[in-house]
Amino acid sequence: MSNYSIVSLIRNAFSHHEHWGRAWRDPAPKPAYDVVIIGGGGHGLATAYYLAKEHGITNVAVLEKGWLGGGNTGRNTTILRSNYLWDESAALYEKSLQLYEGLSQDLNYNTMVSQRGVLNLAHNLHDVRESVRRVNALRLNGIDSEWLTREQVKEFCPAINISPDVRYPITGGTLQRRGGTARHDAVAWGFARAASARGVDIIQNCEVTGLRRVGGKVVGVETSRGYIQAGKVGVVAAGHSSVVAGMADLRLPLESHPLQALVSEPIKPVLDCVVMSNAVHVYVSQSDKGELVIGAGIDSYNSYAQRGSFHVIEHQIGPLLELFPIFSRLRLLRHWAGIVDTCPDASPIISKTPVENLFINCGWGTGGFKATPGSGWVFAHTIARNEPHALNAPFSLDRFTSGYLIDEHGAAAVAH
Amino acid sequence: MLLIHCPWCGPRDEIEFAYGGEAHRVRPADPSALSDAEWADFLFLRANPKGVHRERWVHAHGCRRWFNVERHTVTHEILRVYPPGAAAEPDAAVAEAQPPQASQQGVRS
Repeated sequence: MSNYSIVSLIRNAFSHHEHWGRAWRDPAPKPAYDVVIIGGGGHGLATAYYLAKEHGITNVAVLEKGWLGGGNTGRNTTILRSNYLWDESAALYEKSLQLYEGLSQDLNYNTMVSQRGVLNLAHNLHDVRESVRRVNALRLNGIDSEWLTREQVKEFCPAINISPDVRYPITGGTLQRRGGTARHDAVAWGFARAASARGVDIIQNCEVTGLRRVGGKVVGVETSRGYIQAGKVGVVAAGHSSVVAGMADLRLPLESHPLQALVSEPIKPVLDCVVMSNAVHVYVSQSDKGELVIGAGIDSYNSYAQRGSFHVIEHQIGPLLELFPIFSRLRLLRHWAGIVDTCPDASPIISKTPVENLFINCGWGTGGFKATPGSGWVFAHTIARNEPHALNAPFSLDRFTSGYLIDEHGAAAVAH
Repeated sequence: MLLIHCPWCGPRDEIEFAYGGEAHRVRPADPSALSDAEWADFLFLRANPKGVHRERWVHAHGCRRWFNVERHTVTHEILRVYPPGAAAEPDAAVAEAQPPQASQQGVRS
């Protein structure tokens, strides 16, 4: 793998950029690996990368049934933030945000991390109290956070409507300046390229159809490209986690739902931050291409269909136009859905399982993108050491039995 | 968008309904006798099939009554609508209680 630099850019310019080498190898699956990761999204690829980088485990395969980052990694609204209320969540998401801050250099791949600020709006007195409490809690955890008054919100984000004559007037907001966005595909591709360079085999179009067990231990995976023996298996299958875990007769506290998002036609720069509102429920940012990237909540019903109902889109566009009346004449370009694995406490599961050698990283629900590097980092530790890191120890599968839930439903700044 | 056949009001748009999750969850008969693992199962573990799912819906903006729906989670096709309390597996009694067209409601979003 050649290093990407100004020199390589100039060198390739002489050949009209027609001879760039492929970013990652495309090997056929070997008969056996030390670790097999099921799922070639951002979290799975990050896990493989940190297994190789931090733990020296390079005999690793990432199996992806489609193409890399074609699931939720390519379907999210690319928001980065770490403003979670509870200590456990704050530590985990902050670790991830810190990894994002150095990710382009670490991977030698431009992940286009843009710390443009994430604004979470308040709309009433209760929101104000909750928000100020959150600012204080975040600061106690060493995470940057500020309270903005209504006028300061307008100053920070001039396109927003702070008129009191609307149904849900803006009364202020919290701001995490280190939050922002990243290029979601680049995160997947960057991890894939860096992992591949360290010896990880990335195998696309390879669907796992079964988990082979001997005496309560997982010993390998059946795939559409044949049986692959595995010392350890990590499941990072997002919306399909229940399906894969079911292959080992493991039941998970997950429900899969569609989460819809959409983009507008591209326009000139109008919004230079991320705006989220929990009360009216929409979040929006503007991509470097100029499209407004808009998201909100899940469809209520269980689904694996990667599409949702139209009224859910209506309910995110309504709030968007209340916050930004100037967007009312924009046309929408595309809309889509990803299948998110929601957990009862809205926190992820990054854990060993009752099945030996089987590890699971799931339950990220609607908020996994921001956690991609951190999730991979702690999951790699869990797989390599056979025990969780201090950061993910609270996010174990047995918390549903012990009752030690990390209830971010009420605590998250917005429905992730 | 789903077109859901309420057993009492007929076919109505999804926006009139609220979703109630997996059907046929039975409250424990003797709660104090349950172990932590059994409580975890009752409270948190849910069927999450990629395929046919039996689930509850309530006609929140209509007759406000609950009922069960059998729906495919990939096609969103509604295969069967049946009253609360009816057995999960269809039998003659359930088929009679069903609205006549319910089984033909091939509904896709």
